[in-house]
Amino acid sequence: MTPQKISIAYYTMIRNEFVRIVRIWSQTLLPPVVTTSLYFVVFGKFIGSQLAPIHGFEYIQFIVPGLIMMSVITSSYMNTVSTFYFAKWTKTLDEMSVSPMPSWVVILGYMSGGVMRGLIVGVLVLLVSLFFTHFAIYNVAVLLLAVILTSVVFSLGGLINGVFAKGFDGISIVPTFVLTPLTYLGGIFYSIQQFSPFWQTVSLFNPILYMVNAFRYGFLGVSDINIGICFAVLFGCMAVFVAILTWIFKKGFGYKN
Amino acid sequence: MKDALRITGLRKTYQNGVEALKGVNLTVEEGDFFALLGPNGAGKTTLIGIVTSLVNKTSGDALIFDASIDAEPSRAKTYIGVVPQEFNFNIFEKVINIVLTQAGYYGMSRTEVMPRAEQLLKDLGLWDKRNTPSRELSGGMKRRLMIARGLIHNPKLLILDEPTAGVDVEMRLGMWDFLRTLNKGGTTIILTTHYLEEAEELCRNIAIINKGAIIVNDSMQNLLKSRGQASLEQIYLDLIKGEAA
Repeated sequence: MTPQKISIAYYTMIRNEFVRIVRIWSQTLLPPVVTTSLYFVVFGKFIGSQLAPIHGFEYIQFIVPGLIMMSVITSSYMNTVSTFYFAKWTKTLDEMSVSPMPSWVVILGYMSGGVMRGLIVGVLVLLVSLFFTHFAIYNVAVLLLAVILTSVVFSLGGLINGVFAKGFDGISIVPTFVLTPLTYLGGIFYSIQQFSPFWQTVSLFNPILYMVNAFRYGFLGVSDINIGICFAVLFGCMAVFVAILTWIFKKGFGYKN
Repeated sequence: MKDALRITGLRKTYQNGVEALKGVNLTVEEGDFFALLGPNGAGKTTLIGIVTSLVNKTSGDALIFDASIDAEPSRAKTYIGVVPQEFNFNIFEKVINIVLTQAGYYGMSRTEVMPRAEQLLKDLGLWDKRNTPSRELSGGMKRRLMIARGLIHNPKLLILDEPTAGVDVEMRLGMWDFLRTLNKGGTTIILTTHYLEEAEELCRNIAIINKGAIIVNDSMQNLLKSRGQASLEQIYLDLIKGEAA
């Protein structure tokens, strides 16, 4: 395919995805906004008002970046895992498989869909947070890079899950039993400096900690972890997932008979 | 005359050990209307799946207008249009969007392909339903939608897997006319069907596959003559039963 044809094929994928996300907004966009609003009310206002500042910020200000990131992670992941599995299950994936689209365009298209939903949800949650607190953005470039890379990583992760899933259980096990615990323990609600050295070390094995801290640095200018290390982890995760997906799509593993 | 499809030594063994194809060799010439027949489980759908890149082969090769599905998969896929047996379009999507989306995957923009989409949907009697969600179509309309989708990128080789299954007689005859016209226009067609009169009526050449191997590959005329003008159905049953014995 020529570059022009490839760009049309890619545009077709993301156009479809955008239309789908907006068409079923009550399933794709609304739930994370409602859930995070409850976090803002309960943890930010009711409980947070009684807690001491962290890194010099009010508790609600401290948790806003993490809660945005949590929504972005979940939305990006769920978008790719569900759309890919659904396409596999209904065999609509065959429409792409029989076409001359290179597999990297298929990967890029699914990933872009996940990133698109993740970022839309992130912006909506950010807007909702303004009803509860105020803040100035410390570094826009770091903030954008962190949120986009995180969304990319989890979109790719969701796609891998979608390829391997053999049933609807298969698309909910990882989000429920892996993603949610890692997200909650990823420094959204606390600073790991509040922990003993042992638990600080244990926390360092959680990749989401690096993502939340990079994003928080972009927002507030504070981070428990060196920003360079945070981005190294993000790029590392992305490289690993891209390599896995390239192999999967080359072999047709998980979706070709 | 070029070969539209040339298959050599195609083998497929599934992970459960089932040997679906046992070294199949098959050639279909450009412009042909070719019947690929066989009982359920004979290997037809596996063969089509491999040619259309939906199934991984174990060994062998397939060339579509000289483009190998291994060496030049993108070029090979450009030549093929496929109408699978199962409905595999998005049931929530409108008819027109299903067709335009498929064209998009082939790198054709919506504005560029809209006139062809309109013509195809008109030819197949679906234009009035273009804004209807596909799940609301009747079985026959869904079949025709699959044909429209398979043809939207103007393929040189069209592979039809049971295209008239579950379609009423009147609509079937209409589809035959449509396919004949398409073939006269230069599109090579490979048809698999369980309606043997359909194959006899439409196809010039025929291959019968059974238990993963081609047992007959001849022109329709020769096959019918060689068996004393018996019907294709009788010849088919004799061959399959003979294999079983």
